[in-house]
Amino acid sequence: MFYRESGQFKTSYQKDQQVFPIAQDRIFIALLLVVAFAVVPFVADEYWLQAVIIPFLIFSLAAVGLNLLTGYAGQVSLGTGAFMAVGAYATYKITTAFPEINIVIVFLMSGMVAAGVGIVFGLPSLRIKGFYLAVATLAAQFFILWLFNKVGWFFNDSPSGTITAPPRTLFGIMISGPEATAEVRYFVSLTFLVVFTVIAKNIVRGRIGRSWMAIRDMDIAAEIIGIQPLKTKLMAFAISSFYCGLAGALSVFAWLGGAETEAFSIAISFQVLFMIIIGGLGSIMGSIMGAAFITLVPIFLTNMPAMFGIPMATDLSKHIEEIVFGGLIVFLLIVEPHGFARLWQIGKEKLRQWPFPY
Amino acid sequence: MAQDMTKPRNIGDVLLNVENISIAFGGVKALDGVSFDVREHEILAIIGPNGAGKSSMLNCINGFYHPQDGIITFKGTPRQRMQTHEAAAQGIARTFQNIALFKGMSTLDNIMTGRNLKMKKNLLWQALYFGPALTEELEHRAKVEEIIDFLEIEAIRKTPVGKLPYGLQKRVELGRALAAEPDLLLLDEPMAGMNHEEKEDMCRYILDVNDEFGATIVLIEHDMSVVMDISDRVVVLDYGRKIAAGTPDEVRANQDVIDAYLGVSHD
Repeated sequence: MFYRESGQFKTSYQKDQQVFPIAQDRIFIALLLVVAFAVVPFVADEYWLQAVIIPFLIFSLAAVGLNLLTGYAGQVSLGTGAFMAVGAYATYKITTAFPEINIVIVFLMSGMVAAGVGIVFGLPSLRIKGFYLAVATLAAQFFILWLFNKVGWFFNDSPSGTITAPPRTLFGIMISGPEATAEVRYFVSLTFLVVFTVIAKNIVRGRIGRSWMAIRDMDIAAEIIGIQPLKTKLMAFAISSFYCGLAGALSVFAWLGGAETEAFSIAISFQVLFMIIIGGLGSIMGSIMGAAFITLVPIFLTNMPAMFGIPMATDLSKHIEEIVFGGLIVFLLIVEPHGFARLWQIGKEKLRQWPFPY
Repeated sequence: MAQDMTKPRNIGDVLLNVENISIAFGGVKALDGVSFDVREHEILAIIGPNGAGKSSMLNCINGFYHPQDGIITFKGTPRQRMQTHEAAAQGIARTFQNIALFKGMSTLDNIMTGRNLKMKKNLLWQALYFGPALTEELEHRAKVEEIIDFLEIEAIRKTPVGKLPYGLQKRVELGRALAAEPDLLLLDEPMAGMNHEEKEDMCRYILDVNDEFGATIVLIEHDMSVVMDISDRVVVLDYGRKIAAGTPDEVRANQDVIDAYLGVSHD
């Protein structure tokens, strides 16, 4: 009833090309941002921020990155975990070698390093496609983690073999290390997510995004239009890996505080891939919704027995969680193979006609 | 003939010259020493029975196949082996026999993609979607809207092309090729599978493209009445060889062409 675009006329191409052409959507997003920045950090407690919200934000960033590559450019990758590891280890190496460089700049530099590694492992994409490419990117996953495990230089020869986030400040506020508060780390993660989601949306609705989708939908026709496949695919790998690298860096510096290669295992790669499949391939909004589902639902399921006061052994509740979660994924994909993004779209279309759908 | 009633045709110099082109796939000679030329602003039809090598010829012209023998000269420069994507930069655009649109994208995005080569702003500006990148996007949007107006597909601007009916998809594909503002437009069976009305529409678009945009057109078509009506000259291929060339009337009267289409009695 209130969700109508009637009366909202577009009088210029610029207005027609807005991300949210309907005014009600813009109001909703603005409210969401206000809540995220001004309400959540003061309402949520340490546990919620640390265990639920920060990982959700970081995985959202990784999912947006992978969706650029897989959803928009059509290149399936199972190397997400490895590219995140590159970002995390690069941040650690750069910030321990040059502690005077601002940590935010170090994050961006590490993203660049991950982008470079992404380009190298994206090279096979010119020749191989689909599942075969996915298997080729597995090489990145195994090789990079092996390298970070075996070569002491990457973790500064620390006897535990792990990297830890040293204390770093931004504008005099501690944003990483043991003394950084959860609220500050939440702000850092949220800011990175918002800024880079906007950038991702801008890229995909411009020339570069169109050339990615062209390669995805019909590579021969794209080439005949003048799109260079190698350049376009490598750019997708680079930008996607940049996002993953950034997410990896944040996961050590703003969430875990320290990590070994185990934190970036193949399981993470699959998890991020599931996020974008469930959220919707080729949708930025879907990536975030998928990340929310995959990170939040298991936590909800684990806590449910306790919430309803049902006494249950931890291992039993964990197993039940996995069964229910798996069942939910199967159910969702049967009901809507195009993921949350499509459900969201259908919901909005229904809402436009409500309550008189004739 | 339709064009006789309108203004006189101003056919220019040779735009594309194809000389002695041969290409074989294993033992099959798809093209065997074919030569012809295309002049500026003309509509040239390539006809021939199935498997005559028509599509192979188009594929050679836009660099998708590499002829084993012969020279293709475009705009006065003979061309060596080149990458497929370079043809677009030289000003050649094409449509396909089996529609090759980007199915997941809207009509608008498909046609915008046709202008990709003309858009230059780098990743940084694109990421901001502001300033020069926005100006560029809007300029090209305006051009694309002209094409959308021209092809009368305003209503399906935002529809994903995968959901459109066949005739409209063909039209969107023509739009995508036009968006590149090509000097040479290759149309591979633009009217295949259309009903009479759609064919008439398509003919009108082709003639208008030729007239208003000044594009030179090489088209492959099986509908003889269409070919005879809209083309300035016709090249006939059979078993990879050129068996006739000339105005529609000359070709229609050619005994070899009649034999190729109707068969010869062997007694």
